[in-house]
Amino acid sequence: MKEHTGANGQFIELTGVTKTYPMGEGHIVALDDVSLALQPGEFSGLVGPSGSGKTTLLNIVGSLDEPTSGRAVVLGEDVAQLDEKRAARLRNLHIGFIFQTFNLLPVYSVFENVEFPLLLLRQPAEQRRRAVADALERVGLGDRAASRPHQLSGGQCQRVAIARAIVKNPQIVLADEPTANLDAENSHKVIRIMQDLNRDLGTTFLFSTHDEKVVGYLRRTITLADGRVASDETGSAET
Amino acid sequence: MIRFLIKGLLRDRSRSLFPTLTVIAGTTLTVVMYSWIRGTEADIIRANANFNTGHVRVMTRAYTAEVDRMPNDLALLGADELTAELEQRLPNFDWVSRIRFGGLLDIPDASGETRAQAPVTGLGVQLLDERSIDREILNLDNALVRGRLPSAPGEIVVSDELYRRLELEPGDTATLISSTMYGSMATINFAVVGTVEFGVTALDRGAILADLEDVRLALDMEDAAGEILGFLTTGIYDEELTSRAADDFNDWIGSGGDEFEPVMGNLRQQSGLATTLDLAGAVSLALITIFVVVMSIVLWNAGLIGALRRYGEMGLRLALGEPKGHIYRTLILESVTIGLVGSVIGTAIGIACAWYLQEKGVNIEPFLKNASMMIFNVMRARVTTTSLFIGLVPGLLATILGTSISGLGIYRRQSSQLTKELEA
Repeated sequence: MKEHTGANGQFIELTGVTKTYPMGEGHIVALDDVSLALQPGEFSGLVGPSGSGKTTLLNIVGSLDEPTSGRAVVLGEDVAQLDEKRAARLRNLHIGFIFQTFNLLPVYSVFENVEFPLLLLRQPAEQRRRAVADALERVGLGDRAASRPHQLSGGQCQRVAIARAIVKNPQIVLADEPTANLDAENSHKVIRIMQDLNRDLGTTFLFSTHDEKVVGYLRRTITLADGRVASDETGSAET
Repeated sequence: MIRFLIKGLLRDRSRSLFPTLTVIAGTTLTVVMYSWIRGTEADIIRANANFNTGHVRVMTRAYTAEVDRMPNDLALLGADELTAELEQRLPNFDWVSRIRFGGLLDIPDASGETRAQAPVTGLGVQLLDERSIDREILNLDNALVRGRLPSAPGEIVVSDELYRRLELEPGDTATLISSTMYGSMATINFAVVGTVEFGVTALDRGAILADLEDVRLALDMEDAAGEILGFLTTGIYDEELTSRAADDFNDWIGSGGDEFEPVMGNLRQQSGLATTLDLAGAVSLALITIFVVVMSIVLWNAGLIGALRRYGEMGLRLALGEPKGHIYRTLILESVTIGLVGSVIGTAIGIACAWYLQEKGVNIEPFLKNASMMIFNVMRARVTTTSLFIGLVPGLLATILGTSISGLGIYRRQSSQLTKELEA
């Protein structure tokens, strides 16, 4: 098991987090007094309709955004107190992202796409090569390293994105609607891969989704409505 | 990391090839345009200097006032002595004496009756004086179309157009009917030994060229000259040097109010050339500035669009933990690479095109049918040292500026906003 907590011993803890965005002369409230905590190794999901605040919450946990009020602590770091460089470093070292639209860089091969986060970490070439090969094996794409994204199916692209997210062995993977662009078969395949990674590596996964197929795999389901936590349920998931 | 980014740059044509092509096009056009304008300007100066004003020109005060009328009754006397004095006082100039005259050229038939006649503008130059540089200044060896240049007294060359109009044959006798310095009628026979074409419509329409001594004899102008022209030995017109030389000479002569006093003026101060040159300078500066600015805006815009369409990629890189500063610097590095490669290639192509235009030129003769201005029929570009660098302004600076400004959006936007654009 990896070291899951930051310097202050907290993993992910949101206390009274509110996020508003200016809209015309007023403000739109994306998150309204949200408090929740995530423990290391969780396989959790934020569910709720569009506009309920799922992506905003992921952005705050991912240190891409900061709360308007309240406190968000990720791996012992208060997100609001991080300057841009420290926030980037936190993401670089500890947080992996998976997006709805895969967001692979089309001019690079599968290998190079997965290698990119390691380049930012300035890892030696041989170490990078081994880590990328390992990540691609884990998502079942060891034989597609030289392919370009346009040569892959949607499901394969999302698996590359997963490999890119886990290649640096992060403590947290944030996945924003990871199955929204996939068919049922690929959705199950992708979720199972993430489930395996969660189990084998102890990586914490936090999804935002309204895909019932994903919800079925979650061990904890946090439902958001109008920026508030409507329910927070822990239950048995599909295996 | 740098290798990784360069690999991406080379593979993504929309990031490398097309922006580079745009920079190449912009730089090429700028270099050609600049060289062309500079060439035109230099040609106007050269044509006027060689055929009309010299770099400096000495005439009597009265002749200066009526120079367009070619008033030889007001010509300089003691021209040879004055030339010797000028050579001593201003050794950085080469000096030539000339006499301009107007007249009628009469071509007799076998029985001595007029077969053809035409008004002509004549130029008496030091054709037979081996020390004189006038053959070189007027580029006579290259201007020769038929026959040969005069090699003995009594021989003239005429413009090729005049030769054809008068249906002359080599060796034909032509009688010049003009007036002497003292106002009486002058007639003198010349042998037409060749034809010339200067490439200046104002001269080629109907000019004759005779040796200065022949003209002096014909017009009763012993030791006289309408004008003494000075050419800087460097061959290049220099406003400051010529202006200083004219001032020094005029100070030395002093102003006694005598209308036959010699007065020196430089090229700018003559024949309304100051206005023409100022206007040409202003127009060319405006054209170059407008062109460079327009090209800069085009290339800046290309840089802007290039960076804007990559906001998604920027968002992804931010999400993966790349600091904004690093992304910004890599964007600038890319634009420097594209700007530099495009500018170098564009400048090379531009110089090649300008060089071609310098050597071959563009014939504008059809537009100069009635022109009286001293301007070459073939307009040429001129490749200068500045031609090597002028393209860098739009090619490199504008591209970098465009990318710098568009890249600032990375700082202005929230990281989350950039990543949202990933979903677009």
